[in-house]
Amino acid sequence: MFTPELRTRLLTGLVCLLPLASTGLAAENTPHLGQAVSEDQLQGVDLIVMPDGSGLPPGAGTAAQGRALYAQQCAACHGAQGEGTPGVPALAGGSTTATPPLMTVGSYWPYATTVYDYVRRAMPPTAPKSLSDVEVYQVVAYVLHLNGLITEDFELNRNSLPAVVMPNRDGFVDRSQVQKASP
Amino acid sequence: MSEINNQNKKASWDRVAGNGLLSRRHLLGLGLAGAGGLVSAKVLAADSSRVEIPDWSKRPGRDPSAYGNPSSFAGNVQRLAGNPSATLPGSGVSRTPLHLLQGNITPNSLHFERHHAGVPDIDPAQHQLLIHGLVRQPLRFTYEDLLAYPMQSRLYFLECSGNSGANTSAQAGDSSAAAIHGLLSCAEWTGVKLSTLLDEAGIAEGASWVTSTGADGASMGRSIPLNKALQDVFIALYQNGEPIRPEQGYPMRLFVPGWEGNVSVKWLTQIKLADAPANFRDETSRYTDLLPDGRALQFTFPMGVKSLITAPSGQMLLRRQGLHEITGVAWSGSGAIRRVEVSADGGRTWADAHLEGTGQELALTRFRLPWLWEGAPAVLQSRATDAAGNVQPTRQQVLAGYSPANRFHYNGIQSWAVSAAGEVKNVYA
Repeated sequence: MFTPELRTRLLTGLVCLLPLASTGLAAENTPHLGQAVSEDQLQGVDLIVMPDGSGLPPGAGTAAQGRALYAQQCAACHGAQGEGTPGVPALAGGSTTATPPLMTVGSYWPYATTVYDYVRRAMPPTAPKSLSDVEVYQVVAYVLHLNGLITEDFELNRNSLPAVVMPNRDGFVDRSQVQKASP
Repeated sequence: MSEINNQNKKASWDRVAGNGLLSRRHLLGLGLAGAGGLVSAKVLAADSSRVEIPDWSKRPGRDPSAYGNPSSFAGNVQRLAGNPSATLPGSGVSRTPLHLLQGNITPNSLHFERHHAGVPDIDPAQHQLLIHGLVRQPLRFTYEDLLAYPMQSRLYFLECSGNSGANTSAQAGDSSAAAIHGLLSCAEWTGVKLSTLLDEAGIAEGASWVTSTGADGASMGRSIPLNKALQDVFIALYQNGEPIRPEQGYPMRLFVPGWEGNVSVKWLTQIKLADAPANFRDETSRYTDLLPDGRALQFTFPMGVKSLITAPSGQMLLRRQGLHEITGVAWSGSGAIRRVEVSADGGRTWADAHLEGTGQELALTRFRLPWLWEGAPAVLQSRATDAAGNVQPTRQQVLAGYSPANRFHYNGIQSWAVSAAGEVKNVYA
């Protein structure tokens, strides 16, 4: 006979070995109160954009279209050319090996998709989620253009955005499976 | 003072390391040889006025109240809150006053805060937790639903990845323990295991990461590997026995034991299983650890083994020579604390501190050691060792591994210098 604790441990152990499988935990012990929803129902609230581009909405925008929007919504804090202001990160230029290092979208961020994801969910700080999906494409295009990564007329959309080559794409060492904090 | 010194010379102190460190056996009920000497000195100095009954013993006090407050005389025990951000409304921190607290539990009103877009005021009746992505059946849970599930209560520390980053700067700031290390707290968290809810939704083939999103203005998101999510991650609903505070994620937060605080997403509203991390802004641009060559470590989740002396600590003043208790806290994201050593001479000699309790995994451990301060300058340090054998590194050892610009995951040994005048200061030693 397995005690409940031992049983849970054994099952947890199995799960660690086979992370793709169901946990198989004793379902009879929980009330099962979750209500079924469909992914379609969640489209409006699921703002996650993955590096492969999944989650990007329809629509498109160029840096030329984003210039005025950037000046209106972003420049006061991030600077007219993305140079930053005191206490607000610079968006353009910089280098991770300069003294001191300056980590920007161009010099540090590994994925252009993250710029879309972050701007759509969190910017501008006074009114997050107030930009339309198309406006986010436009302003992201302008930020990428400030970094010299795309031309002024390059059309960003759900297909072209994930393909933008970010200079620091290979600058990260994934430590997710390492259980110690020191390098 | 000469009276005390004479008494101390007579006493048979059990000195175990340099500069006045005494054996922890003194704290274990084995007697404090020589304590009588100090009592004698005190008696000689006592005044002879009559002891009176205080006024508050001569009248009724105030009525019971619905929700308690600290004594008005303890009003200094407060978080160290920064100034509001003009450009990022609601963004910022407040720090736990570690040097004013005892034991292992952080009171809810003093738990540190780090927000990226302020504290939302969430009506739990309107809040929902969505579980979707690579699951067999996407599900929606209400707050009331979750209250009906089997729960667990555990004592866990929570530490911001940027905690103690001030001590990576070139010059040691004259700061308090709270200012340097106060993005650290420890509470009893109660909630529902995430694995229970994931099992109900059914984990689909190919799922290997779990993304979590908050309902704050920033919709802050983080990704963690599924194997950790199934191990000990839970959805916290209670904090030290009461519903979690708004600044800790009311009505619900993810809690990821032992890992950098940012992954314990507050105001949790969305859990999406995926086959890869989302690479959110807060796991690429932020909370990544810059290396000397310009690359960066990403997903450095567990917090390193660490400790600090909370008293005496920065900006305190030792008002008398004689016996003091050195005390502090130790913790590790890799298991229980097994040992804390203390030095009073800048790391030349060390003595084992007494550890209170049984050394719970991923919780703060309180340590104590008696110290006879005889007026000489001292440098107080503590060094923790965890169950996995990790030993807290020196400041130099930590800095050697990173770019000078890195502020994350700093766990170097803290040095407090005590001057001959008794002033305690943060120093690099």
